[in-house]
Amino acid sequence: MSGVQQRESAVQRKRHIGDVLLAAENIGLRFGGVQALAGVSFDIREGEIRAIIGPNGAGKSSMLNVINGFYQPQEGHIVWRGQRMRRMRPHFAARNGIARTFQNIALFKGMTTLDNIMTGRMLKMRATMLEQAVFWGRARREELEHRAFVERIIDFLEIPHIRNVPVGKLPYGLQKRVELARALAMEPTLLLLDEPMAGMNLEEKEDMCRYILDVNEEFGTTVALIEHDMGVVMDISDRVVVLDYGRLLADGPPEEVRRDPEVIKAYLGVSQD
Amino acid sequence: METLSAVLVEPFVAIAEAPMFFFEVLIGGLLSGVMYALVALGFVLIFKASGVFNFAQGAMVLFAALFFVGFIDLGWPIWLSLVVTVGVMVLLALVIERAVLRPLVNQDPIILFMATIGITFFLDGFGQTLWGSDVRRLDIGIPDDPLIVAGLYVNQFDIYAAVICGLLVLGLALFFQFTPTGRALRAVADDHQAAMSVGVPLNVIWAIVWTVAGIVGLVAGIMWGAKLGVQFNLALIALKALPVLILGGFTSVPGAIVGGLIIGAGEKVAEVFWGEVLGGAIEDWFAYMLAMVFLLFRPQGLFGEKIIERV
Repeated sequence: MSGVQQRESAVQRKRHIGDVLLAAENIGLRFGGVQALAGVSFDIREGEIRAIIGPNGAGKSSMLNVINGFYQPQEGHIVWRGQRMRRMRPHFAARNGIARTFQNIALFKGMTTLDNIMTGRMLKMRATMLEQAVFWGRARREELEHRAFVERIIDFLEIPHIRNVPVGKLPYGLQKRVELARALAMEPTLLLLDEPMAGMNLEEKEDMCRYILDVNEEFGTTVALIEHDMGVVMDISDRVVVLDYGRLLADGPPEEVRRDPEVIKAYLGVSQD
Repeated sequence: METLSAVLVEPFVAIAEAPMFFFEVLIGGLLSGVMYALVALGFVLIFKASGVFNFAQGAMVLFAALFFVGFIDLGWPIWLSLVVTVGVMVLLALVIERAVLRPLVNQDPIILFMATIGITFFLDGFGQTLWGSDVRRLDIGIPDDPLIVAGLYVNQFDIYAAVICGLLVLGLALFFQFTPTGRALRAVADDHQAAMSVGVPLNVIWAIVWTVAGIVGLVAGIMWGAKLGVQFNLALIALKALPVLILGGFTSVPGAIVGGLIIGAGEKVAEVFWGEVLGGAIEDWFAYMLAMVFLLFRPQGLFGEKIIERV
Protein backbone atom coordinates (compact mmCIF):
# COMPACT_ATOMS: atom_id res chain seq x y z
CA MET A 1 0.00 0.00 0.00
CA SER A 2 2.56 2.53 1.09
CA GLY A 3 4.83 1.28 -1.66
CA VAL A 4 2.15 2.11 -4.24
CA GLN A 5 1.63 5.55 -2.75
CA GLN A 6 5.31 6.27 -2.82
CA ARG A 7 5.66 5.19 -6.41
CA GLU A 8 2.81 7.48 -7.36
CA SER A 9 4.37 10.40 -5.57
CA ALA A 10 7.65 9.67 -7.30
CA VAL A 11 5.85 9.94 -10.62
CA GLN A 12 4.17 13.19 -9.56
CA ARG A 13 7.49 14.61 -8.44
CA LYS A 14 9.05 14.03 -11.81
CA ARG A 15 6.63 16.61 -13.15
CA HIS A 16 7.98 19.43 -11.04
CA ILE A 17 11.64 18.62 -11.39
CA GLY A 18 13.23 21.65 -13.01
CA ASP A 19 16.58 23.02 -14.11
CA VAL A 20 19.97 22.20 -12.68
CA LEU A 21 20.23 23.90 -9.29
CA LEU A 22 23.72 22.89 -8.38
CA ALA A 23 26.43 21.08 -10.25
CA ALA A 24 29.69 19.60 -9.10
CA GLU A 25 32.27 19.87 -11.87
CA ASN A 26 35.22 17.54 -11.83
CA ILE A 27 35.74 17.82 -8.06
CA GLY A 28 39.12 16.66 -6.75
CA LEU A 29 39.82 16.78 -3.03
CA ARG A 30 42.97 15.64 -1.20
CA PHE A 31 43.88 15.51 2.45
CA GLY A 32 47.65 15.24 2.42
CA GLY A 33 48.29 12.02 0.52
CA VAL A 34 44.72 10.78 0.72
CA GLN A 35 42.60 11.34 -2.36
CA ALA A 36 39.11 11.76 -0.93
CA LEU A 37 37.44 12.72 -4.21
CA ALA A 38 38.73 12.47 -7.78
CA GLY A 39 37.08 13.92 -10.86
CA VAL A 40 33.55 13.72 -9.51
CA SER A 41 30.88 15.44 -11.59
CA PHE A 42 27.13 15.32 -11.17
CA ASP A 43 24.25 17.73 -10.87
CA ILE A 44 21.26 18.28 -8.64
CA ARG A 45 18.05 19.46 -10.29
CA GLU A 46 15.49 21.73 -8.74
CA GLY A 47 12.78 19.86 -6.88
CA GLU A 48 14.33 16.41 -6.98
CA ILE A 49 15.43 14.05 -4.25
CA ARG A 50 18.98 13.10 -5.06
CA ALA A 51 20.68 10.28 -3.21
CA ILE A 52 24.42 9.89 -2.81
CA ILE A 53 25.39 6.37 -1.91
CA GLY A 54 28.55 4.32 -1.65
CA PRO A 55 30.50 2.12 0.74
CA ASN A 56 32.14 3.59 3.84
CA GLY A 57 34.97 5.95 3.03
CA ALA A 58 33.71 6.51 -0.52
CA GLY A 59 33.81 10.30 -0.08
CA LYS A 60 30.08 10.95 0.36
CA SER A 61 30.36 13.24 3.38
CA SER A 62 33.35 14.96 1.83
CA MET A 63 31.16 15.67 -1.18
CA LEU A 64 28.52 17.35 0.99
CA ASN A 65 31.26 19.33 2.73
CA VAL A 66 32.48 20.55 -0.63
CA ILE A 67 28.96 21.52 -1.67
CA ASN A 68 28.34 23.75 1.33
CA GLY A 69 31.86 25.14 1.42
CA PHE A 70 33.34 23.43 4.46
CA TYR A 71 36.02 21.86 2.26
CA GLN A 72 37.76 23.62 -0.59
CA PRO A 73 38.50 21.15 -3.37
CA GLN A 74 41.93 21.40 -5.01
CA GLU A 75 40.34 20.77 -8.40
CA GLY A 76 36.97 21.50 -9.92
CA HIS A 77 34.15 23.85 -9.09
CA ILE A 78 30.70 24.07 -7.67
CA VAL A 79 28.20 25.72 -9.99
CA TRP A 80 25.29 27.30 -8.18
CA ARG A 81 22.29 28.28 -10.30
CA GLY A 82 24.47 28.45 -13.36
CA GLN A 83 27.06 30.60 -11.67
CA ARG A 84 30.48 29.01 -11.34
CA MET A 85 31.80 29.67 -7.85
CA ARG A 86 35.49 30.39 -7.51
CA ARG A 87 35.22 29.22 -3.90
CA MET A 88 32.11 28.05 -2.12
CA ARG A 89 31.86 29.47 1.40
CA PRO A 90 29.65 28.17 4.21
CA HIS A 91 28.22 31.64 4.73
CA PHE A 92 27.39 32.06 1.04
CA ALA A 93 25.82 28.60 1.03
CA ALA A 94 23.68 29.41 4.07
CA ARG A 95 22.61 32.78 2.63
CA ASN A 96 21.56 31.14 -0.61
CA GLY A 97 19.44 28.56 1.13
CA ILE A 98 21.73 25.53 1.30
CA ALA A 99 20.93 23.95 4.67
CA ARG A 100 22.33 20.72 6.02
CA THR A 101 22.42 18.11 8.72
CA PHE A 102 25.43 16.13 9.86
CA GLN A 103 26.36 12.48 10.08
CA ASN A 104 27.33 12.72 13.75
CA ILE A 105 24.53 15.07 14.79
CA ALA A 106 25.91 18.58 15.21
CA LEU A 107 23.42 20.29 17.47
CA PHE A 108 24.06 22.95 20.07
CA LYS A 109 23.90 20.56 22.98
CA GLY A 110 23.58 23.06 25.78
CA MET A 111 20.61 24.80 24.16
CA THR A 112 16.94 23.84 24.09
CA THR A 113 15.21 22.42 21.05
CA LEU A 114 13.54 25.76 20.46
CA ASP A 115 16.80 27.72 20.66
CA ASN A 116 18.49 25.25 18.35
CA ILE A 117 15.81 25.67 15.72
CA MET A 118 15.79 29.45 16.21
CA THR A 119 19.46 29.57 15.16
CA GLY A 120 18.18 28.53 11.73
CA ARG A 121 16.43 31.91 11.52
CA MET A 122 19.66 33.77 12.24
CA LEU A 123 20.20 35.05 8.72
CA LYS A 124 16.64 36.33 8.46
CA MET A 125 17.03 38.68 11.42
CA ARG A 126 17.71 42.31 10.69
CA ALA A 127 17.68 44.02 14.08
CA THR A 128 21.00 45.39 15.31
CA MET A 129 22.70 44.11 18.44
CA LEU A 130 21.75 47.26 20.31
CA GLU A 131 18.07 46.82 19.47
CA GLN A 132 18.31 43.21 20.57
CA ALA A 133 19.94 44.17 23.85
CA VAL A 134 17.00 46.38 24.80
CA PHE A 135 14.49 44.05 23.07
CA TRP A 136 12.64 46.94 21.51
CA GLY A 137 10.77 47.67 18.28
CA ARG A 138 12.14 45.70 15.38
CA ALA A 139 13.99 43.20 17.56
CA ARG A 140 10.83 42.33 19.47
CA ARG A 141 8.66 42.07 16.36
CA GLU A 142 11.23 39.92 14.58
CA GLU A 143 11.71 37.56 17.48
CA LEU A 144 7.94 36.98 17.64
CA GLU A 145 7.60 36.44 13.88
CA HIS A 146 10.45 33.96 13.78
CA ARG A 147 9.16 32.24 16.86
CA ALA A 148 5.82 31.74 15.11
CA PHE A 149 7.54 30.30 12.05
CA VAL A 150 9.59 27.94 14.18
CA GLU A 151 6.45 26.78 15.96
CA ARG A 152 5.04 25.70 12.60
CA ILE A 153 8.12 23.59 11.94
CA ILE A 154 7.88 22.12 15.42
CA ASP A 155 4.29 21.11 14.70
CA PHE A 156 5.18 19.77 11.27
CA LEU A 157 7.87 17.50 12.70
CA GLU A 158 5.68 16.56 15.67
CA ILE A 159 8.11 17.60 18.38
CA PRO A 160 6.15 20.15 20.46
CA HIS A 161 6.64 18.11 23.63
CA ILE A 162 10.42 18.56 23.59
CA ARG A 163 10.33 22.28 22.81
CA ASN A 164 12.11 23.33 26.01
CA VAL A 165 14.34 20.31 26.56
CA PRO A 166 18.11 20.78 26.19
CA VAL A 167 18.91 18.70 23.11
CA GLY A 168 21.82 16.94 24.79
CA LYS A 169 19.25 15.07 26.86
CA LEU A 170 17.18 13.84 23.91
CA PRO A 171 17.36 10.33 22.46
CA TYR A 172 19.21 9.92 19.18
CA GLY A 173 16.20 9.73 16.89
CA LEU A 174 14.73 12.95 18.23
CA GLN A 175 18.08 14.72 17.98
CA LYS A 176 18.13 13.84 14.29
CA ARG A 177 14.68 15.34 13.98
CA VAL A 178 15.71 18.55 15.75
CA GLU A 179 18.64 18.82 13.38
CA LEU A 180 16.26 18.53 10.44
CA ALA A 181 14.04 21.16 12.05
CA ARG A 182 16.95 23.56 12.34
CA ALA A 183 17.79 23.06 8.68
CA LEU A 184 14.14 23.59 7.70
CA ALA A 185 14.01 26.81 9.73
CA MET A 186 16.38 28.26 7.14
CA GLU A 187 13.65 27.79 4.49
CA PRO A 188 16.21 26.00 2.35
CA THR A 189 16.15 25.69 -1.41
CA LEU A 190 18.62 22.82 -1.16
CA LEU A 191 18.60 20.51 1.82
CA LEU A 192 21.69 18.35 2.38
CA LEU A 193 21.06 15.38 4.65
CA ASP A 194 24.00 13.29 5.81
CA GLU A 195 22.62 9.88 6.79
CA PRO A 196 19.34 11.19 8.18
CA MET A 197 18.22 7.70 9.14
CA ALA A 198 21.42 6.23 10.54
CA GLY A 199 20.90 4.48 13.84
CA MET A 200 17.12 4.76 13.71
CA ASN A 201 14.58 2.03 14.25
CA LEU A 202 12.07 1.12 11.57
CA GLU A 203 9.32 3.38 12.85
CA GLU A 204 11.64 6.37 13.14
CA LYS A 205 12.92 5.70 9.64
CA GLU A 206 9.41 5.67 8.23
CA ASP A 207 8.66 8.98 9.96
CA MET A 208 11.83 10.51 8.61
CA CYS A 209 11.02 9.31 5.07
CA ARG A 210 7.61 10.88 5.32
CA TYR A 211 9.03 14.21 6.49
CA ILE A 212 11.56 14.27 3.68
CA LEU A 213 8.90 13.49 1.07
CA ASP A 214 6.51 16.06 2.58
CA VAL A 215 9.14 18.78 2.60
CA ASN A 216 10.02 17.98 -0.97
CA GLU A 217 6.43 17.94 -2.17
CA GLU A 218 4.88 20.75 -0.17
CA PHE A 219 7.67 23.28 -0.33
CA GLY A 220 9.40 22.07 -3.48
CA THR A 221 12.63 21.82 -1.51
CA THR A 222 15.43 20.08 -3.36
CA VAL A 223 16.97 17.32 -1.26
CA ALA A 224 20.38 15.68 -1.56
CA LEU A 225 20.85 12.88 0.92
CA ILE A 226 23.44 10.32 1.87
CA GLU A 227 21.90 7.09 3.03
CA HIS A 228 22.95 3.52 3.62
CA ASP A 229 19.52 1.97 3.80
CA MET A 230 19.03 0.84 0.20
CA GLY A 231 15.30 0.31 0.67
CA VAL A 232 14.89 3.94 1.64
CA VAL A 233 17.10 5.18 -1.18
CA MET A 234 15.25 3.17 -3.81
CA ASP A 235 11.87 4.29 -2.47
CA ILE A 236 12.27 8.02 -2.15
CA SER A 237 15.00 9.20 -4.49
CA ASP A 238 14.60 10.34 -8.06
CA ARG A 239 18.22 9.89 -9.06
CA VAL A 240 21.16 8.22 -7.38
CA VAL A 241 24.89 9.00 -7.48
CA VAL A 242 27.18 6.15 -6.50
CA LEU A 243 30.67 6.95 -5.21
CA ASP A 244 33.42 4.43 -4.53
CA TYR A 245 36.95 5.28 -3.40
CA GLY A 246 36.29 8.93 -4.21
CA ARG A 247 35.28 8.18 -7.82
CA LEU A 248 31.93 8.37 -9.52
CA LEU A 249 30.79 4.81 -10.13
CA ALA A 250 27.29 5.32 -11.46
CA ASP A 251 24.65 8.00 -11.83
CA GLY A 252 21.02 7.49 -12.75
CA PRO A 253 17.53 6.53 -11.62
CA PRO A 254 17.40 4.03 -8.74
CA GLU A 255 16.20 1.05 -10.84
CA GLU A 256 19.07 1.52 -13.24
CA VAL A 257 21.74 2.02 -10.59
CA ARG A 258 20.55 -1.01 -8.66
CA ARG A 259 21.22 -3.26 -11.70
CA ASP A 260 24.60 -1.75 -12.50
CA PRO A 261 27.16 -4.57 -12.16
CA GLU A 262 29.88 -2.14 -10.99
CA VAL A 263 27.64 -0.97 -8.17
CA ILE A 264 26.79 -4.50 -7.14
CA LYS A 265 30.47 -5.34 -7.12
CA ALA A 266 31.40 -2.33 -5.00
CA TYR A 267 28.65 -3.01 -2.52
CA LEU A 268 28.67 -6.74 -2.18
CA GLY A 269 32.18 -7.73 -3.20
CA VAL A 270 33.18 -9.89 -6.19
CA SER A 271 31.67 -13.09 -4.85
CA GLN A 272 28.25 -11.82 -5.90
CA ASP A 273 26.73 -14.03 -8.59
CA MET B 1 53.88 15.98 66.93
CA GLU B 2 54.00 19.61 67.84
CA THR B 3 54.03 20.68 64.18
CA LEU B 4 51.17 18.35 63.45
CA SER B 5 49.08 19.85 66.19
CA ALA B 6 50.05 23.33 65.03
CA VAL B 7 48.78 22.55 61.55
CA LEU B 8 45.80 20.35 62.26
CA VAL B 9 44.46 21.53 65.61
CA GLU B 10 45.47 24.99 66.64
CA PRO B 11 44.13 26.91 63.64
CA PHE B 12 40.71 25.38 64.18
CA VAL B 13 40.86 26.27 67.85
CA ALA B 14 41.67 29.82 66.84
CA ILE B 15 38.70 29.83 64.46
CA ALA B 16 36.37 28.48 67.15
CA GLU B 17 37.58 31.03 69.65
CA ALA B 18 37.05 34.01 67.40
CA PRO B 19 34.25 33.15 64.94
CA MET B 20 33.53 36.81 64.19
CA PHE B 21 37.11 37.37 63.12
CA PHE B 22 36.97 34.22 61.00
CA PHE B 23 33.88 35.47 59.25
CA GLU B 24 35.51 38.80 58.57
CA VAL B 25 38.46 37.06 57.00
CA LEU B 26 36.14 34.80 55.05
CA ILE B 27 34.02 37.65 53.71
CA GLY B 28 37.12 39.65 52.86
CA GLY B 29 38.40 36.62 50.99
CA LEU B 30 35.14 36.02 49.14
CA LEU B 31 34.98 39.63 48.05
CA SER B 32 38.52 39.63 46.75
CA GLY B 33 37.64 36.34 45.06
CA VAL B 34 35.07 38.29 43.08
CA MET B 35 37.94 40.31 41.68
CA TYR B 36 39.71 37.13 40.54
CA ALA B 37 36.48 35.91 39.02
CA LEU B 38 36.29 39.13 37.02
CA VAL B 39 39.60 38.39 35.33
CA ALA B 40 38.79 34.69 34.89
CA LEU B 41 35.51 35.63 33.20
CA GLY B 42 37.38 37.23 30.32
CA PHE B 43 39.28 33.98 29.70
CA VAL B 44 36.12 31.87 29.85
CA LEU B 45 34.23 34.02 27.33
CA ILE B 46 36.90 33.66 24.67
CA PHE B 47 37.69 30.04 25.42
CA LYS B 48 34.04 29.03 25.21
CA ALA B 49 33.36 30.80 21.96
CA SER B 50 36.53 30.02 20.05
CA GLY B 51 38.44 27.33 21.93
CA VAL B 52 41.33 29.75 22.17
CA PHE B 53 43.07 30.13 25.48
CA ASN B 54 43.68 33.86 25.44
CA PHE B 55 46.98 34.37 27.16
CA ALA B 56 46.60 38.09 26.51
CA GLN B 57 43.63 38.56 28.84
CA GLY B 58 45.90 39.93 31.59
CA ALA B 59 47.55 42.27 29.13
CA MET B 60 44.09 43.42 28.03
CA VAL B 61 43.28 44.25 31.66
CA LEU B 62 46.41 46.38 31.89
CA PHE B 63 45.90 47.90 28.46
CA ALA B 64 42.33 48.95 29.25
CA ALA B 65 43.27 50.33 32.65
CA LEU B 66 46.18 52.30 31.16
CA PHE B 67 43.92 53.99 28.63
CA PHE B 68 41.24 54.70 31.21
CA VAL B 69 43.59 56.22 33.76
CA GLY B 70 45.48 58.00 30.99
CA PHE B 71 42.32 59.76 29.81
CA ILE B 72 41.40 60.68 33.38
CA ASP B 73 44.86 62.13 33.95
CA LEU B 74 44.30 64.25 30.84
CA GLY B 75 41.50 65.85 32.80
CA TRP B 76 38.61 64.10 31.05
CA PRO B 77 35.51 63.29 33.09
CA ILE B 78 35.13 59.68 34.18
CA TRP B 79 32.17 58.92 31.92
CA LEU B 80 33.93 60.21 28.84
CA SER B 81 37.08 58.26 29.67
CA LEU B 82 34.97 55.16 30.10
CA VAL B 83 33.15 55.56 26.80
CA VAL B 84 36.33 56.26 24.86
CA THR B 85 38.13 53.34 26.50
CA VAL B 86 35.26 51.03 25.57
CA GLY B 87 35.70 52.34 22.03
CA VAL B 88 39.41 51.52 22.21
CA MET B 89 38.63 47.97 23.34
CA VAL B 90 36.13 47.50 20.50
CA LEU B 91 38.75 48.71 18.05
CA LEU B 92 41.31 46.37 19.60
CA ALA B 93 38.94 43.42 19.21
CA LEU B 94 38.36 44.26 15.55
CA VAL B 95 42.08 44.58 14.88
CA ILE B 96 42.85 41.29 16.66
CA GLU B 97 40.15 39.48 14.70
CA ARG B 98 41.33 40.95 11.40
CA ALA B 99 45.09 40.79 11.86
CA VAL B 100 45.56 37.71 14.03
CA LEU B 101 42.56 35.38 14.15
CA ARG B 102 41.41 35.53 10.55
CA PRO B 103 44.74 34.58 8.97
CA LEU B 104 45.01 31.71 11.46
CA VAL B 105 41.52 30.29 10.99
CA ASN B 106 41.40 26.47 11.13
CA GLN B 107 44.84 26.27 12.70
CA ASP B 108 45.52 24.18 15.80
CA PRO B 109 44.50 25.74 19.11
CA ILE B 110 48.14 25.72 20.18
CA ILE B 111 49.03 28.02 17.28
CA LEU B 112 46.28 30.45 18.24
CA PHE B 113 47.52 30.24 21.81
CA MET B 114 51.02 31.19 20.68
CA ALA B 115 49.51 34.08 18.75
CA THR B 116 47.85 35.36 21.92
CA ILE B 117 51.26 35.32 23.63
CA GLY B 118 52.38 37.60 20.84
CA ILE B 119 49.37 39.83 21.48
CA THR B 120 50.39 39.95 25.15
CA PHE B 121 53.81 41.37 24.35
CA PHE B 122 52.33 43.84 21.92
CA LEU B 123 49.72 45.13 24.37
CA ASP B 124 52.14 45.35 27.30
CA GLY B 125 54.66 47.23 25.18
CA PHE B 126 52.26 49.42 23.23
CA GLY B 127 50.24 50.44 26.30
CA GLN B 128 53.30 51.41 28.27
CA THR B 129 54.92 53.15 25.32
CA LEU B 130 51.86 55.37 24.99
CA TRP B 131 51.17 56.02 28.64
CA GLY B 132 54.49 55.38 30.39
CA SER B 133 55.32 52.76 32.96
CA ASP B 134 54.89 54.77 36.15
CA VAL B 135 52.44 53.58 38.73
CA ARG B 136 49.34 55.73 38.34
CA ARG B 137 46.81 56.29 41.03
CA LEU B 138 43.26 55.67 39.94
CA ASP B 139 40.52 57.24 42.03
CA ILE B 140 37.03 56.59 40.78
CA GLY B 141 35.37 57.83 43.93
CA ILE B 142 34.64 54.51 45.61
CA PRO B 143 35.37 54.86 49.34
CA ASP B 144 37.95 52.44 50.67
CA ASP B 145 37.15 52.43 54.37
CA PRO B 146 35.63 49.62 56.38
CA LEU B 147 31.92 49.33 56.94
CA ILE B 148 30.28 47.59 59.85
CA VAL B 149 27.68 45.10 58.71
CA ALA B 150 25.99 42.97 61.40
CA GLY B 151 28.93 43.54 63.72
CA LEU B 152 31.50 42.55 61.08
CA TYR B 153 34.09 44.84 59.58
CA VAL B 154 33.82 44.65 55.80
CA ASN B 155 35.79 46.66 53.27
CA GLN B 156 33.41 48.98 51.44
CA PHE B 157 35.43 48.94 48.23
CA ASP B 158 35.18 45.16 48.05
CA ILE B 159 31.41 45.38 48.35
CA TYR B 160 31.25 47.83 45.46
CA ALA B 161 33.47 45.52 43.44
CA ALA B 162 31.22 42.57 44.18
CA VAL B 163 28.09 44.48 43.20
CA ILE B 164 29.63 45.72 39.96
CA CYS B 165 30.85 42.24 39.12
CA GLY B 166 27.42 40.81 39.91
CA LEU B 167 25.71 43.31 37.61
CA LEU B 168 28.19 42.60 34.86
CA VAL B 169 27.63 38.86 35.09
CA LEU B 170 23.86 39.31 35.22
CA GLY B 171 23.96 41.56 32.16
CA LEU B 172 26.13 39.08 30.27
CA ALA B 173 23.91 36.17 31.28
CA LEU B 174 20.77 37.96 30.06
CA PHE B 175 22.44 38.99 26.82
CA PHE B 176 23.71 35.47 26.16
CA GLN B 177 20.44 33.81 27.07
CA PHE B 178 17.83 36.00 25.47
CA THR B 179 19.13 37.82 22.40
CA PRO B 180 19.65 36.33 18.94
CA THR B 181 23.28 37.45 19.05
CA GLY B 182 23.66 35.69 22.39
CA ARG B 183 22.11 32.62 20.82
CA ALA B 184 24.64 32.82 17.99
CA LEU B 185 27.47 33.11 20.51
CA ARG B 186 26.28 30.04 22.38
CA ALA B 187 25.86 28.21 19.10
CA VAL B 188 29.45 28.93 18.11
CA ALA B 189 30.63 27.86 21.56
CA ASP B 190 28.81 24.54 21.18
CA ASP B 191 29.66 23.57 17.62
CA HIS B 192 31.60 25.62 15.07
CA GLN B 193 30.59 23.63 12.01
CA ALA B 194 26.92 23.52 12.86
CA ALA B 195 26.98 27.25 13.55
CA MET B 196 28.60 27.90 10.18
CA SER B 197 26.03 25.70 8.46
CA VAL B 198 23.19 27.92 9.64
CA GLY B 199 25.10 30.95 8.47
CA VAL B 200 26.56 32.33 11.68
CA PRO B 201 29.48 34.50 10.55
CA LEU B 202 32.38 33.31 12.71
CA ASN B 203 34.41 36.47 12.14
CA VAL B 204 31.68 38.72 13.46
CA ILE B 205 31.09 36.46 16.45
CA TRP B 206 34.80 36.44 17.31
CA ALA B 207 34.95 40.22 17.09
CA ILE B 208 31.97 40.42 19.46
CA VAL B 209 33.45 37.94 21.90
CA TRP B 210 36.80 39.73 22.00
CA THR B 211 34.99 43.01 22.48
CA VAL B 212 33.03 41.63 25.41
CA ALA B 213 36.21 40.10 26.87
CA GLY B 214 37.89 43.49 26.41
CA ILE B 215 35.09 45.25 28.27
CA VAL B 216 35.20 42.69 31.07
CA GLY B 217 38.96 43.29 31.12
CA LEU B 218 38.31 47.02 31.37
CA VAL B 219 36.06 46.55 34.39
CA ALA B 220 38.63 44.26 36.00
CA GLY B 221 41.35 46.79 35.18
CA ILE B 222 39.42 49.64 36.76
CA MET B 223 38.65 47.71 39.92
CA TRP B 224 42.14 46.29 40.34
CA GLY B 225 43.68 49.58 39.28
CA ALA B 226 41.71 51.44 41.92
CA LYS B 227 42.94 48.95 44.47
CA LEU B 228 46.60 48.57 43.52
CA GLY B 229 47.24 51.55 41.26
CA VAL B 230 47.55 51.10 37.52
CA GLN B 231 50.90 49.48 36.89
CA PHE B 232 52.49 46.58 35.09
CA ASN B 233 51.55 44.26 37.95
CA LEU B 234 47.96 44.28 36.69
CA ALA B 235 49.01 42.07 33.80
CA LEU B 236 50.25 39.49 36.28
CA ILE B 237 46.89 39.25 38.00
CA ALA B 238 45.92 37.11 35.07
CA LEU B 239 48.19 34.45 36.52
CA LYS B 240 45.93 34.29 39.54
CA ALA B 241 43.03 33.71 37.19
CA LEU B 242 44.61 30.46 35.99
CA PRO B 243 43.96 28.47 39.18
CA VAL B 244 40.47 29.99 39.24
CA LEU B 245 39.88 28.57 35.76
CA ILE B 246 41.28 25.18 36.66
CA LEU B 247 38.96 25.04 39.65
CA GLY B 248 35.87 26.31 37.90
CA GLY B 249 36.40 24.77 34.50
CA PHE B 250 37.49 26.65 31.39
CA THR B 251 34.07 26.61 29.79
CA SER B 252 31.79 27.70 32.60
CA VAL B 253 30.83 31.26 33.51
CA PRO B 254 29.36 30.20 36.88
CA GLY B 255 32.50 28.11 37.32
CA ALA B 256 34.69 31.21 36.95
CA ILE B 257 32.72 32.91 39.68
CA VAL B 258 32.62 29.99 42.10
CA GLY B 259 36.28 29.23 41.41
CA GLY B 260 37.16 32.85 42.13
CA LEU B 261 35.24 32.80 45.41
CA ILE B 262 36.85 29.55 46.56
CA ILE B 263 40.35 30.76 45.76
CA GLY B 264 39.81 34.19 47.25
CA ALA B 265 38.32 32.84 50.48
CA GLY B 266 40.71 29.88 50.67
CA GLU B 267 43.88 31.90 50.39
CA LYS B 268 42.82 34.56 52.87
CA VAL B 269 41.74 32.03 55.47
CA ALA B 270 44.88 29.97 54.91
CA GLU B 271 47.08 33.04 55.20
CA VAL B 272 45.52 34.29 58.41
CA PHE B 273 45.12 31.04 60.27
CA TRP B 274 47.84 28.81 58.86
CA GLY B 275 50.31 31.44 57.74
CA GLU B 276 52.33 31.55 60.91
CA VAL B 277 52.82 27.79 61.15
CA LEU B 278 53.79 27.34 57.53
CA GLY B 279 56.08 30.34 57.43
CA GLY B 280 53.76 32.97 55.92
CA ALA B 281 53.16 34.19 52.37
CA ILE B 282 50.75 31.33 51.79
CA GLU B 283 48.60 33.71 49.79
CA ASP B 284 51.18 33.64 47.04
CA TRP B 285 51.10 29.92 46.38
CA PHE B 286 47.88 28.61 47.91
CA ALA B 287 45.84 29.06 44.74
CA TYR B 288 48.35 27.18 42.61
CA MET B 289 48.56 24.29 45.05
CA LEU B 290 44.77 24.02 45.07
CA ALA B 291 44.80 24.05 41.28
CA MET B 292 47.37 21.27 41.23
CA VAL B 293 45.23 19.11 43.49
CA PHE B 294 42.30 19.71 41.15
CA LEU B 295 44.38 18.81 38.12
CA LEU B 296 45.17 15.48 39.75
CA PHE B 297 41.64 14.57 40.72
CA ARG B 298 39.22 16.56 38.60
CA PRO B 299 40.99 18.02 35.59
CA GLN B 300 37.82 19.36 33.99
CA GLY B 301 37.17 21.59 37.03
CA LEU B 302 34.00 21.87 39.07
CA PHE B 303 31.72 22.94 36.23
CA GLY B 304 33.67 22.26 33.08
CA GLU B 305 32.60 19.76 30.46
CA LYS B 306 34.21 16.41 30.82
CA ILE B 307 36.49 15.92 27.87
CA ILE B 308 35.82 12.63 26.15
CA GLU B 309 37.59 12.05 22.88
CA ARG B 310 35.73 9.68 20.62
CA VAL B 311 37.91 7.76 18.24
